[in-house]
Amino acid sequence: MAHLTDPHPANGADRAAGHVARVRGHHRSFGDVHVLRAIDLDIAPGEFVALLGRSGCGKSTLLRSLAALDPSPDEEVDVRGRSAVAFQEPRLLPWRSVHDNVALALLNTPERKQRARLARERLEEVGLGEKLDAWPLQLSGGQAQRVSLARALVPDPSLLLLDEPFSALDALTRIEMHQLVIELWRRRQMAVLLVTHDVDEALLLADRLHVMDGGRMARTWEIELPRSERNPAHPDIAGVRAEILEVLGVRPTPPNPNRATDRATERATDSRGAA
Amino acid sequence: MTTPFAGSAAPPSTSLPTTVAPAVADPGADTGSSRRRDARPRRGLPRLRAGSFRRWVSPVAIIALWQLASSTGLLDERDLASPAQIAVSAADLVADGTLLSAIGVSVQRVALGFAIGAIAGLVLAVLAGLSRLGEDAIDPPMQMLRTLPHFGLIPLFIIWLGIDEAPKVALIALGVAFPLYLNTFAGIRGIDRRVVEAARSMHLTRLQRIRHVILPGALPQTLVGLRQSLGIAWLSLIVAETIASDAGLGYMINRARDFLQTDVIVVGLATYSLLGLLTDAVVRHLERKALVWRT
Repeated sequence: MAHLTDPHPANGADRAAGHVARVRGHHRSFGDVHVLRAIDLDIAPGEFVALLGRSGCGKSTLLRSLAALDPSPDEEVDVRGRSAVAFQEPRLLPWRSVHDNVALALLNTPERKQRARLARERLEEVGLGEKLDAWPLQLSGGQAQRVSLARALVPDPSLLLLDEPFSALDALTRIEMHQLVIELWRRRQMAVLLVTHDVDEALLLADRLHVMDGGRMARTWEIELPRSERNPAHPDIAGVRAEILEVLGVRPTPPNPNRATDRATERATDSRGAA
Repeated sequence: MTTPFAGSAAPPSTSLPTTVAPAVADPGADTGSSRRRDARPRRGLPRLRAGSFRRWVSPVAIIALWQLASSTGLLDERDLASPAQIAVSAADLVADGTLLSAIGVSVQRVALGFAIGAIAGLVLAVLAGLSRLGEDAIDPPMQMLRTLPHFGLIPLFIIWLGIDEAPKVALIALGVAFPLYLNTFAGIRGIDRRVVEAARSMHLTRLQRIRHVILPGALPQTLVGLRQSLGIAWLSLIVAETIASDAGLGYMINRARDFLQTDVIVVGLATYSLLGLLTDAVVRHLERKALVWRT
Protein backbone atom coordinates (compact mmCIF):
# COMPACT_ATOMS: atom_id res chain seq x y z
CA MET A 1 0.00 0.00 0.00
CA ALA A 2 3.09 2.21 -0.17
CA HIS A 3 1.94 3.74 -3.44
CA LEU A 4 -1.18 5.16 -1.83
CA THR A 5 0.59 8.21 -0.45
CA ASP A 6 -0.03 11.75 -1.61
CA PRO A 7 -3.54 13.11 -1.35
CA HIS A 8 -5.33 13.68 -4.60
CA PRO A 9 -5.00 17.24 -5.95
CA ALA A 10 -8.74 17.68 -6.18
CA ASN A 11 -9.49 19.47 -2.99
CA GLY A 12 -8.18 22.99 -3.50
CA ALA A 13 -8.32 24.64 -6.88
CA ASP A 14 -10.57 22.14 -8.63
CA ARG A 15 -13.40 22.52 -6.20
CA ALA A 16 -13.48 26.23 -6.81
CA ALA A 17 -13.48 25.57 -10.55
CA GLY A 18 -16.88 23.94 -10.42
CA HIS A 19 -18.53 20.62 -9.87
CA VAL A 20 -19.25 17.44 -11.76
CA ALA A 21 -22.41 16.89 -9.77
CA ARG A 22 -24.61 19.29 -7.87
CA VAL A 23 -27.75 18.15 -6.08
CA ARG A 24 -30.04 20.77 -4.55
CA GLY A 25 -33.18 20.02 -2.57
CA HIS A 26 -33.62 16.73 -4.39
CA HIS A 27 -36.78 14.95 -3.41
CA ARG A 28 -38.14 11.63 -4.49
CA SER A 29 -41.11 9.62 -3.36
CA PHE A 30 -42.85 6.48 -4.46
CA GLY A 31 -46.49 6.92 -3.58
CA ASP A 32 -46.59 7.98 0.07
CA VAL A 33 -43.05 6.81 0.77
CA HIS A 34 -40.49 9.60 0.74
CA VAL A 35 -37.24 7.99 -0.34
CA LEU A 36 -35.18 11.16 -0.68
CA ARG A 37 -35.92 14.37 1.25
CA ALA A 38 -34.26 17.65 0.35
CA ILE A 39 -30.89 16.16 -0.53
CA ASP A 40 -27.95 18.52 -1.11
CA LEU A 41 -24.69 17.17 -2.46
CA ASP A 42 -21.73 18.61 -4.35
CA ILE A 43 -19.05 16.55 -5.99
CA ALA A 44 -15.98 18.38 -7.29
CA PRO A 45 -13.93 17.15 -10.25
CA GLY A 46 -11.62 14.35 -9.16
CA GLU A 47 -13.16 14.02 -5.72
CA PHE A 48 -13.72 10.62 -4.08
CA VAL A 49 -16.97 10.67 -2.10
CA ALA A 50 -18.54 7.79 -0.19
CA LEU A 51 -22.23 7.48 0.59
CA LEU A 52 -22.96 5.27 3.58
CA GLY A 53 -26.18 4.08 5.07
CA ARG A 54 -28.37 1.18 5.97
CA SER A 55 -30.42 -0.64 3.36
CA GLY A 56 -33.37 1.50 2.33
CA CYS A 57 -31.82 4.79 3.44
CA GLY A 58 -32.04 6.14 -0.11
CA LYS A 59 -28.37 5.98 -1.09
CA SER A 60 -28.95 3.81 -4.16
CA THR A 61 -31.91 5.96 -5.19
CA LEU A 62 -29.66 9.01 -5.10
CA LEU A 63 -27.11 7.20 -7.24
CA ARG A 64 -29.83 6.35 -9.75
CA SER A 65 -30.78 10.02 -9.96
CA LEU A 66 -27.16 10.98 -10.59
CA ALA A 67 -26.81 8.27 -13.24
CA ALA A 68 -29.98 9.56 -14.96
CA LEU A 69 -31.46 6.07 -14.63
CA ASP A 70 -34.48 7.70 -13.02
CA PRO A 71 -35.80 11.04 -14.24
CA SER A 72 -35.20 14.06 -12.02
CA PRO A 73 -35.63 17.81 -12.57
CA ASP A 74 -32.55 19.61 -13.91
CA GLU A 75 -32.65 22.19 -11.14
CA GLU A 76 -32.45 19.44 -8.52
CA VAL A 77 -29.81 17.20 -10.09
CA ASP A 78 -27.12 18.64 -12.35
CA VAL A 79 -24.37 16.35 -13.62
CA ARG A 80 -21.74 17.87 -15.88
CA GLY A 81 -19.92 15.69 -18.33
CA ARG A 82 -20.52 11.99 -18.56
CA SER A 83 -21.48 9.62 -15.81
CA ALA A 84 -20.83 5.90 -15.72
CA VAL A 85 -21.97 3.20 -13.31
CA ALA A 86 -20.46 -0.01 -11.99
CA PHE A 87 -23.19 -2.00 -10.27
CA GLN A 88 -23.12 -4.57 -7.50
CA GLU A 89 -23.39 -7.30 -10.16
CA PRO A 90 -21.19 -7.04 -13.27
CA ARG A 91 -24.25 -6.95 -15.59
CA LEU A 92 -22.25 -8.03 -18.64
CA LEU A 93 -23.89 -9.24 -21.85
CA PRO A 94 -23.18 -12.99 -21.76
CA TRP A 95 -23.28 -13.31 -25.55
CA ARG A 96 -20.53 -10.76 -26.13
CA SER A 97 -16.85 -11.31 -25.54
CA VAL A 98 -15.14 -9.43 -22.72
CA HIS A 99 -13.67 -7.02 -25.24
CA ASP A 100 -17.00 -6.41 -26.98
CA ASN A 101 -18.72 -5.82 -23.66
CA VAL A 102 -16.33 -2.99 -22.94
CA ALA A 103 -16.52 -1.64 -26.48
CA LEU A 104 -20.31 -1.49 -26.15
CA ALA A 105 -19.92 1.57 -23.91
CA LEU A 106 -18.21 3.31 -26.84
CA LEU A 107 -20.99 2.85 -29.39
CA ASN A 108 -21.15 6.58 -29.84
CA THR A 109 -17.47 6.72 -30.73
CA PRO A 110 -17.68 6.56 -34.49
CA GLU A 111 -14.33 4.95 -35.28
CA ARG A 112 -14.29 1.22 -34.90
CA LYS A 113 -10.53 0.97 -34.61
CA GLN A 114 -10.45 3.51 -31.85
CA ARG A 115 -13.20 1.67 -29.98
CA ALA A 116 -11.18 -1.53 -30.14
CA ARG A 117 -8.00 0.20 -28.99
CA LEU A 118 -9.65 1.97 -26.06
CA ALA A 119 -11.44 -1.17 -24.94
CA ARG A 120 -8.18 -3.13 -25.02
CA GLU A 121 -6.34 -0.42 -23.10
CA ARG A 122 -8.94 -0.25 -20.32
CA LEU A 123 -8.98 -4.03 -20.02
CA GLU A 124 -5.19 -4.09 -19.79
CA GLU A 125 -5.44 -1.40 -17.16
CA VAL A 126 -7.65 -3.60 -14.95
CA GLY A 127 -5.33 -6.54 -15.52
CA LEU A 128 -7.46 -8.47 -18.02
CA GLY A 129 -5.38 -7.99 -21.16
CA GLU A 130 -5.28 -11.78 -21.51
CA LYS A 131 -9.05 -12.19 -21.40
CA LEU A 132 -10.12 -10.03 -24.34
CA ASP A 133 -11.76 -12.90 -26.20
CA ALA A 134 -13.16 -14.75 -23.17
CA TRP A 135 -16.90 -15.07 -22.61
CA PRO A 136 -18.29 -13.46 -19.45
CA LEU A 137 -19.48 -16.86 -18.18
CA GLN A 138 -15.85 -18.02 -18.13
CA LEU A 139 -14.80 -15.30 -15.67
CA SER A 140 -14.58 -15.39 -11.89
CA GLY A 141 -16.67 -12.94 -9.90
CA GLY A 142 -13.71 -10.62 -9.39
CA GLN A 143 -12.71 -10.73 -13.06
CA ALA A 144 -16.26 -9.99 -14.19
CA GLN A 145 -16.36 -7.03 -11.82
CA ARG A 146 -13.09 -5.77 -13.32
CA VAL A 147 -14.64 -5.95 -16.79
CA SER A 148 -17.56 -3.96 -15.44
CA LEU A 149 -15.11 -1.35 -14.12
CA ALA A 150 -13.28 -1.21 -17.45
CA ARG A 151 -16.60 -0.79 -19.23
CA ALA A 152 -17.52 2.09 -16.93
CA LEU A 153 -14.15 3.77 -17.44
CA VAL A 154 -13.76 3.37 -21.19
CA PRO A 155 -15.83 6.42 -22.23
CA ASP A 156 -13.65 8.50 -19.88
CA PRO A 157 -16.44 9.60 -17.50
CA SER A 158 -16.09 12.67 -15.33
CA LEU A 159 -18.19 10.97 -12.64
CA LEU A 160 -17.86 7.29 -11.82
CA LEU A 161 -20.77 5.95 -9.76
CA LEU A 162 -20.03 2.76 -7.83
CA ASP A 163 -23.13 1.01 -6.45
CA GLU A 164 -21.72 -1.41 -3.85
CA PRO A 165 -19.49 -2.95 -6.51
CA PHE A 166 -17.38 -4.95 -4.06
CA SER A 167 -20.05 -6.30 -1.74
CA ALA A 168 -20.54 -9.58 -3.59
CA LEU A 169 -16.81 -10.36 -3.75
CA ASP A 170 -14.78 -12.48 -1.35
CA ALA A 171 -12.65 -10.64 1.21
CA LEU A 172 -9.30 -11.02 -0.54
CA THR A 173 -10.65 -10.07 -3.97
CA ARG A 174 -12.25 -7.07 -2.34
CA ILE A 175 -8.90 -5.83 -1.00
CA GLU A 176 -7.43 -6.14 -4.51
CA MET A 177 -10.37 -4.25 -5.97
CA HIS A 178 -9.92 -1.43 -3.43
CA GLN A 179 -6.33 -1.01 -4.55
CA LEU A 180 -7.34 -1.16 -8.20
CA VAL A 181 -10.03 1.48 -7.81
CA ILE A 182 -7.62 3.84 -6.06
CA GLU A 183 -5.00 3.30 -8.77
CA LEU A 184 -7.52 3.93 -11.54
CA TRP A 185 -8.84 7.01 -9.76
CA ARG A 186 -5.35 8.46 -9.42
CA ARG A 187 -4.49 7.78 -13.04
CA ARG A 188 -7.76 8.86 -14.66
CA GLN A 189 -8.68 11.74 -12.32
CA MET A 190 -12.43 11.23 -12.47
CA ALA A 191 -14.72 12.01 -9.56
CA VAL A 192 -16.02 8.92 -7.79
CA LEU A 193 -19.20 8.43 -5.78
CA LEU A 194 -19.06 5.13 -3.91
CA VAL A 195 -22.30 3.84 -2.42
CA THR A 196 -21.53 1.25 0.23
CA HIS A 197 -22.66 -0.17 3.52
CA ASP A 198 -19.09 -1.04 4.49
CA VAL A 199 -17.77 1.61 6.88
CA ASP A 200 -14.15 0.45 6.68
CA GLU A 201 -14.22 0.46 2.91
CA ALA A 202 -15.51 4.03 2.86
CA LEU A 203 -12.90 5.12 5.40
CA LEU A 204 -10.14 3.56 3.34
CA LEU A 205 -11.14 4.97 -0.04
CA ALA A 206 -12.97 8.28 0.25
CA ASP A 207 -11.98 11.91 0.78
CA ARG A 208 -15.43 12.67 2.08
CA LEU A 209 -18.08 10.51 3.70
CA HIS A 210 -21.78 11.14 3.84
CA VAL A 211 -24.06 9.06 6.00
CA MET A 212 -27.68 8.93 4.87
CA ASP A 213 -30.60 8.05 7.10
CA GLY A 214 -34.29 7.99 6.27
CA GLY A 215 -33.79 9.75 2.94
CA ARG A 216 -31.75 12.62 4.42
CA MET A 217 -28.10 13.44 4.60
CA ALA A 218 -27.42 12.74 8.27
CA ARG A 219 -23.79 13.73 8.62
CA THR A 220 -20.59 14.40 6.69
CA TRP A 221 -16.93 13.72 7.44
CA GLU A 222 -13.84 14.90 5.57
CA ILE A 223 -10.90 12.51 5.75
CA GLU A 224 -7.65 14.35 5.17
CA LEU A 225 -5.34 11.62 6.31
CA PRO A 226 -3.27 10.17 3.41
CA ARG A 227 -4.65 6.79 2.35
CA SER A 228 -1.41 5.03 3.24
CA GLU A 229 -1.88 5.99 6.90
CA ARG A 230 -5.51 4.99 7.09
CA ASN A 231 -5.42 1.91 9.23
CA PRO A 232 -8.08 1.09 11.77
CA ALA A 233 -5.70 1.78 14.67
CA HIS A 234 -5.10 5.38 13.69
CA PRO A 235 -6.92 7.53 16.26
CA ASP A 236 -8.55 9.74 13.61
CA ILE A 237 -9.88 6.76 11.68
CA ALA A 238 -11.01 4.95 14.79
CA GLY A 239 -12.71 8.12 15.97
CA VAL A 240 -14.60 8.71 12.72
CA ARG A 241 -15.47 5.03 12.56
CA ALA A 242 -17.03 5.16 16.00
CA GLU A 243 -18.96 8.30 15.10
CA ILE A 244 -20.27 6.80 11.87
CA LEU A 245 -21.37 3.61 13.61
CA GLU A 246 -23.13 5.70 16.20
CA VAL A 247 -25.03 7.65 13.53
CA LEU A 248 -25.91 4.34 11.90
CA GLY A 249 -27.09 3.05 15.27
CA VAL A 250 -24.52 0.27 15.58
CA ARG A 251 -22.68 -0.42 18.83
CA PRO A 252 -19.04 0.00 17.80
CA THR A 253 -16.60 -2.84 18.27
CA PRO A 254 -12.97 -1.83 18.79
CA PRO A 255 -11.01 -3.12 15.79
CA ASN A 256 -7.79 -5.00 16.51
CA PRO A 257 -5.14 -3.56 14.17
CA ASN A 258 -2.69 -6.39 14.87
CA ARG A 259 -4.94 -8.95 13.33
CA ALA A 260 -5.73 -8.01 9.76
CA THR A 261 -7.53 -11.31 9.29
CA ASP A 262 -10.13 -10.18 11.80
CA ARG A 263 -11.15 -7.42 9.49
CA ALA A 264 -11.14 -9.67 6.46
CA THR A 265 -13.31 -12.20 8.23
CA GLU A 266 -15.65 -9.52 9.43
CA ARG A 267 -16.12 -8.27 5.90
CA ALA A 268 -16.56 -11.71 4.49
CA THR A 269 -19.31 -12.39 7.00
CA ASP A 270 -20.80 -9.04 6.20
CA SER A 271 -20.94 -9.72 2.48
CA ARG A 272 -22.52 -13.10 3.05
CA GLY A 273 -25.19 -11.47 5.16
CA ALA A 274 -25.84 -8.92 2.42
CA ALA A 275 -26.11 -11.50 -0.31
CA MET B 1 -23.62 -39.26 -28.17
CA THR B 2 -24.20 -42.70 -29.53
CA THR B 3 -24.72 -44.53 -26.28
CA PRO B 4 -28.15 -45.12 -24.81
CA PHE B 5 -27.20 -43.01 -21.78
CA ALA B 6 -25.94 -39.95 -23.61
CA GLY B 7 -29.24 -38.15 -23.47
CA SER B 8 -29.97 -38.79 -19.81
CA ALA B 9 -29.77 -35.94 -17.35
CA ALA B 10 -28.00 -37.90 -14.58
CA PRO B 11 -25.04 -35.89 -13.27
CA PRO B 12 -21.86 -37.80 -14.02
CA SER B 13 -20.31 -37.09 -10.63
CA THR B 14 -22.97 -39.01 -8.73
CA SER B 15 -23.17 -41.94 -11.09
CA LEU B 16 -21.30 -45.17 -10.72
CA PRO B 17 -18.99 -46.09 -13.58
CA THR B 18 -21.31 -48.81 -14.74
CA THR B 19 -24.13 -46.38 -15.40
CA VAL B 20 -22.17 -43.47 -16.82
CA ALA B 21 -22.07 -43.02 -20.55
CA PRO B 22 -18.38 -43.31 -21.46
CA ALA B 23 -18.54 -40.30 -23.77
CA VAL B 24 -19.51 -37.95 -20.93
CA ALA B 25 -17.74 -39.72 -18.08
CA ASP B 26 -14.67 -37.47 -17.85
CA PRO B 27 -16.14 -34.57 -15.83
CA GLY B 28 -16.85 -36.89 -12.94
CA ALA B 29 -13.58 -38.76 -13.17
CA ASP B 30 -11.70 -36.73 -10.55
CA THR B 31 -14.28 -37.54 -7.90
CA GLY B 32 -13.67 -41.26 -8.21
CA SER B 33 -10.76 -43.24 -6.81
CA SER B 34 -7.70 -43.64 -9.01
CA ARG B 35 -8.45 -47.32 -9.37
CA ARG B 36 -11.85 -46.54 -10.69
CA ARG B 37 -10.47 -43.92 -13.04
CA ASP B 38 -8.02 -46.44 -14.46
CA ALA B 39 -10.76 -48.92 -15.01
CA ARG B 40 -13.05 -46.61 -16.90
CA PRO B 41 -11.37 -46.14 -20.31
CA ARG B 42 -10.81 -49.87 -20.71
CA ARG B 43 -14.44 -50.57 -20.03
CA GLY B 44 -15.71 -47.49 -21.80
CA LEU B 45 -14.32 -47.80 -25.27
CA PRO B 46 -15.70 -51.24 -26.17
CA ARG B 47 -19.03 -50.22 -24.65
CA LEU B 48 -19.12 -47.16 -26.87
CA ARG B 49 -18.58 -49.18 -30.03
CA ALA B 50 -20.97 -51.88 -28.98
CA GLY B 51 -23.56 -49.25 -28.10
CA SER B 52 -23.42 -47.43 -31.43
CA PHE B 53 -23.56 -50.75 -33.25
CA ARG B 54 -26.38 -52.05 -31.11
CA ARG B 55 -28.58 -49.11 -31.95
CA TRP B 56 -28.60 -50.16 -35.61
CA VAL B 57 -29.56 -53.74 -34.90
CA SER B 58 -33.29 -53.34 -34.42
CA PRO B 59 -33.97 -50.97 -37.37
CA VAL B 60 -32.05 -53.29 -39.69
CA ALA B 61 -33.88 -56.27 -38.25
CA ILE B 62 -37.25 -54.62 -38.83
CA ILE B 63 -36.40 -53.89 -42.46
CA ALA B 64 -35.14 -57.43 -42.91
CA LEU B 65 -38.37 -58.85 -41.47
CA TRP B 66 -40.37 -56.49 -43.67
CA GLN B 67 -38.45 -57.67 -46.74
CA LEU B 68 -38.97 -61.28 -45.66
CA ALA B 69 -42.70 -60.75 -45.21
CA SER B 70 -42.95 -59.16 -48.66
CA SER B 71 -40.86 -61.86 -50.37
CA THR B 72 -42.88 -64.68 -48.87
CA GLY B 73 -46.13 -62.99 -49.86
CA LEU B 74 -47.20 -62.48 -46.24
CA LEU B 75 -47.35 -58.74 -46.88
CA ASP B 76 -49.44 -57.80 -49.93
CA GLU B 77 -47.71 -55.34 -52.25
CA ARG B 78 -51.00 -53.39 -52.48
CA ASP B 79 -50.82 -52.78 -48.72
CA LEU B 80 -47.12 -51.99 -48.48
CA ALA B 81 -44.35 -52.43 -51.04
CA SER B 82 -41.18 -54.27 -50.09
CA PRO B 83 -38.08 -52.31 -49.07
CA ALA B 84 -36.29 -53.48 -52.21
CA GLN B 85 -39.18 -52.36 -54.40
CA ILE B 86 -39.22 -48.97 -52.62
CA ALA B 87 -35.50 -48.54 -53.20
CA VAL B 88 -35.91 -49.34 -56.89
CA SER B 89 -38.78 -46.91 -57.39
CA ALA B 90 -36.94 -44.24 -55.41
CA ALA B 91 -34.06 -44.59 -57.84
CA ASP B 92 -36.49 -44.44 -60.78
CA LEU B 93 -38.22 -41.33 -59.41
CA VAL B 94 -34.88 -39.62 -59.00
CA ALA B 95 -33.70 -40.74 -62.43
CA ASP B 96 -36.72 -39.46 -64.36
CA GLY B 97 -36.75 -36.19 -62.44
CA THR B 98 -40.21 -36.68 -60.91
CA LEU B 99 -38.99 -36.63 -57.33
CA LEU B 100 -36.74 -33.61 -57.71
CA SER B 101 -39.35 -31.47 -59.43
CA ALA B 102 -41.91 -32.50 -56.77
CA ILE B 103 -39.42 -31.53 -54.06
CA GLY B 104 -38.81 -28.23 -55.84
CA VAL B 105 -42.50 -27.36 -55.83
CA SER B 106 -43.01 -28.39 -52.21
CA VAL B 107 -39.89 -26.64 -50.94
CA GLN B 108 -40.98 -23.49 -52.70
CA ARG B 109 -44.34 -23.61 -50.90
CA VAL B 110 -42.67 -24.10 -47.54
CA ALA B 111 -40.10 -21.39 -48.20
CA LEU B 112 -42.70 -18.83 -49.18
CA GLY B 113 -45.10 -19.71 -46.35
CA PHE B 114 -42.26 -19.82 -43.86
CA ALA B 115 -40.90 -16.44 -44.96
CA ILE B 116 -44.29 -14.76 -44.68
CA GLY B 117 -45.13 -16.40 -41.34
CA ALA B 118 -41.68 -15.77 -39.86
CA ILE B 119 -41.67 -12.10 -40.78
CA ALA B 120 -45.19 -11.63 -39.44
CA GLY B 121 -44.44 -13.50 -36.21
CA LEU B 122 -41.16 -11.70 -35.59
CA VAL B 123 -42.47 -8.23 -36.37
CA LEU B 124 -45.52 -8.71 -34.15
CA ALA B 125 -43.36 -10.13 -31.34
CA VAL B 126 -40.95 -7.19 -31.50
CA LEU B 127 -43.79 -4.66 -31.53
CA ALA B 128 -45.53 -6.37 -28.61
CA GLY B 129 -42.29 -6.98 -26.73
CA LEU B 130 -40.95 -3.46 -26.93
CA SER B 131 -43.96 -1.42 -25.86
CA ARG B 132 -46.89 -1.78 -23.50
CA LEU B 133 -49.16 -0.29 -26.13
CA GLY B 134 -47.99 -2.89 -28.63
CA GLU B 135 -48.50 -5.66 -26.11
CA ASP B 136 -52.03 -4.53 -25.29
CA ALA B 137 -52.91 -4.26 -28.96
CA ILE B 138 -51.22 -7.40 -30.29
CA ASP B 139 -50.93 -9.96 -27.53
CA PRO B 140 -54.61 -10.58 -26.65
CA PRO B 141 -55.69 -11.46 -30.22
CA MET B 142 -52.54 -13.55 -30.71
CA GLN B 143 -53.19 -15.48 -27.50
CA MET B 144 -56.78 -16.11 -28.57
CA LEU B 145 -55.88 -17.17 -32.10
CA ARG B 146 -53.10 -19.49 -31.01
CA THR B 147 -55.60 -21.74 -29.26
CA LEU B 148 -57.37 -22.20 -32.59
CA PRO B 149 -56.06 -25.32 -34.41
CA HIS B 150 -54.91 -23.73 -37.65
CA PHE B 151 -55.80 -26.78 -39.72
CA GLY B 152 -59.40 -26.01 -38.77
CA LEU B 153 -59.18 -22.91 -40.93
CA ILE B 154 -58.73 -24.90 -44.14
CA PRO B 155 -62.41 -24.63 -45.20
CA LEU B 156 -62.31 -20.86 -44.74
CA PHE B 157 -59.02 -20.59 -46.62
CA ILE B 158 -60.49 -22.54 -49.51
CA ILE B 159 -63.51 -20.23 -49.62
CA TRP B 160 -61.34 -17.13 -49.40
CA LEU B 161 -58.33 -18.16 -51.45
CA GLY B 162 -59.45 -20.99 -53.72
CA ILE B 163 -57.49 -24.24 -54.06
CA ASP B 164 -54.31 -23.05 -55.75
CA GLU B 165 -51.08 -22.06 -54.07
CA ALA B 166 -52.51 -19.28 -51.90
CA PRO B 167 -54.35 -21.39 -49.29
CA LYS B 168 -51.36 -23.73 -48.94
CA VAL B 169 -48.92 -20.87 -48.39
CA ALA B 170 -51.38 -19.20 -46.00
CA LEU B 171 -51.75 -22.37 -43.95
CA ILE B 172 -47.97 -22.75 -43.65
CA ALA B 173 -47.51 -19.07 -42.82
CA LEU B 174 -50.13 -19.22 -40.11
CA GLY B 175 -48.57 -22.31 -38.56
CA VAL B 176 -45.12 -20.71 -38.59
CA ALA B 177 -46.12 -17.32 -37.20
CA PHE B 178 -47.36 -18.43 -33.77
CA PRO B 179 -44.39 -20.35 -32.35
CA LEU B 180 -42.06 -17.58 -33.50
CA TYR B 181 -44.31 -14.90 -32.06
CA LEU B 182 -44.77 -16.59 -28.69
CA ASN B 183 -41.11 -17.48 -28.21
CA THR B 184 -39.69 -14.18 -29.38
CA PHE B 185 -42.15 -12.23 -27.28
CA ALA B 186 -41.27 -14.32 -24.23
CA GLY B 187 -37.58 -13.91 -25.07
CA ILE B 188 -37.81 -10.13 -25.19
CA ARG B 189 -39.81 -9.98 -21.98
CA GLY B 190 -37.48 -12.41 -20.26
CA ILE B 191 -34.35 -10.31 -20.71
CA ASP B 192 -32.52 -9.41 -17.51
CA ARG B 193 -33.77 -5.88 -16.77
CA ARG B 194 -30.57 -5.12 -14.90
CA VAL B 195 -28.53 -5.63 -18.06
CA VAL B 196 -30.81 -3.29 -19.98
CA GLU B 197 -30.39 -0.79 -17.17
CA ALA B 198 -26.61 -1.11 -17.44
CA ALA B 199 -26.97 -0.25 -21.13
CA ARG B 200 -28.97 2.82 -20.13
CA SER B 201 -26.24 3.81 -17.68
CA MET B 202 -23.84 3.70 -20.67
CA HIS B 203 -26.03 6.35 -22.31
CA LEU B 204 -27.00 4.07 -25.20
CA THR B 205 -30.02 5.27 -27.15
CA ARG B 206 -33.20 3.21 -27.18
CA LEU B 207 -32.44 1.98 -30.68
CA GLN B 208 -28.93 0.97 -29.64
CA ARG B 209 -30.31 -0.87 -26.64
CA ILE B 210 -32.81 -2.71 -28.83
CA ARG B 211 -30.20 -3.64 -31.38
CA HIS B 212 -27.33 -4.58 -29.09
CA VAL B 213 -29.03 -5.81 -25.93
CA ILE B 214 -32.70 -6.68 -26.33
CA LEU B 215 -32.80 -8.48 -29.67
CA PRO B 216 -29.61 -10.51 -29.12
CA GLY B 217 -30.87 -11.32 -25.64
CA ALA B 218 -34.08 -12.74 -27.10
CA LEU B 219 -32.23 -14.78 -29.73
CA PRO B 220 -31.92 -18.08 -27.81
CA GLN B 221 -35.67 -18.19 -27.24
CA THR B 222 -36.32 -17.15 -30.86
CA LEU B 223 -34.24 -20.09 -32.04
CA VAL B 224 -36.39 -22.43 -29.95
CA GLY B 225 -39.41 -20.92 -31.73
CA LEU B 226 -37.67 -21.34 -35.08
CA ARG B 227 -37.26 -25.08 -34.58
CA GLN B 228 -40.89 -25.46 -33.54
CA SER B 229 -42.15 -23.40 -36.45
CA LEU B 230 -40.12 -25.33 -39.03
CA GLY B 231 -41.63 -28.57 -37.77
CA ILE B 232 -45.09 -27.06 -38.09
CA ALA B 233 -44.23 -25.71 -41.55
CA TRP B 234 -43.56 -29.21 -42.92
CA LEU B 235 -46.62 -30.60 -41.18
CA SER B 236 -48.77 -27.83 -42.68
CA LEU B 237 -47.31 -28.53 -46.09
CA ILE B 238 -48.26 -32.20 -45.91
CA VAL B 239 -51.82 -31.38 -44.83
CA ALA B 240 -52.18 -28.61 -47.42
CA GLU B 241 -50.87 -30.77 -50.26
CA THR B 242 -53.14 -33.65 -49.35
CA ILE B 243 -56.23 -31.49 -49.88
CA ALA B 244 -55.73 -30.55 -53.48
CA SER B 245 -52.67 -30.07 -55.60
CA ASP B 246 -51.47 -30.60 -59.15
CA ALA B 247 -47.75 -30.60 -58.34
CA GLY B 248 -45.38 -31.32 -55.50
CA LEU B 249 -44.75 -34.21 -53.14
CA GLY B 250 -48.36 -34.34 -51.97
CA TYR B 251 -49.55 -34.58 -55.58
CA MET B 252 -47.06 -37.38 -56.21
CA ILE B 253 -48.37 -39.25 -53.18
CA ASN B 254 -52.03 -38.69 -54.05
CA ARG B 255 -51.57 -39.89 -57.60
CA ALA B 256 -49.73 -42.96 -56.33
CA ARG B 257 -52.69 -43.66 -54.05
CA ASP B 258 -55.00 -43.70 -57.05
CA PHE B 259 -52.79 -46.36 -58.69
CA LEU B 260 -52.11 -48.24 -55.42
CA GLN B 261 -48.37 -47.54 -55.79
CA THR B 262 -47.46 -47.97 -52.13
CA ASP B 263 -43.76 -47.82 -53.01
CA VAL B 264 -44.13 -44.26 -54.35
CA ILE B 265 -46.16 -43.27 -51.30
CA VAL B 266 -43.40 -44.47 -48.99
CA VAL B 267 -40.77 -42.65 -51.05
CA GLY B 268 -42.81 -39.46 -50.72
CA LEU B 269 -43.19 -39.88 -46.97
CA ALA B 270 -39.48 -40.58 -46.53
CA THR B 271 -38.72 -37.44 -48.54
CA TYR B 272 -40.93 -35.37 -46.24
CA SER B 273 -39.13 -36.61 -43.16
CA LEU B 274 -35.68 -36.17 -44.71
CA LEU B 275 -36.51 -32.57 -45.60
CA GLY B 276 -37.73 -32.00 -42.04
CA LEU B 277 -34.57 -33.51 -40.59
CA LEU B 278 -32.47 -31.36 -42.91
CA THR B 279 -34.03 -28.04 -41.84
CA ASP B 280 -33.86 -29.12 -38.20
CA ALA B 281 -30.15 -29.83 -38.60
CA VAL B 282 -29.67 -26.38 -40.13
CA VAL B 283 -31.34 -24.71 -37.14
CA ARG B 284 -29.35 -26.81 -34.67
CA HIS B 285 -26.21 -25.69 -36.46
CA LEU B 286 -27.37 -22.08 -36.17
CA GLU B 287 -28.02 -22.61 -32.47
CA ARG B 288 -24.54 -23.98 -31.90
CA LYS B 289 -23.05 -21.00 -33.74
CA ALA B 290 -25.19 -18.39 -31.99
CA LEU B 291 -24.93 -19.82 -28.49
CA VAL B 292 -21.19 -20.59 -28.25
CA TRP B 293 -21.02 -18.22 -25.28
CA ARG B 294 -22.92 -20.75 -23.17
CA THR B 295 -19.68 -22.58 -22.48
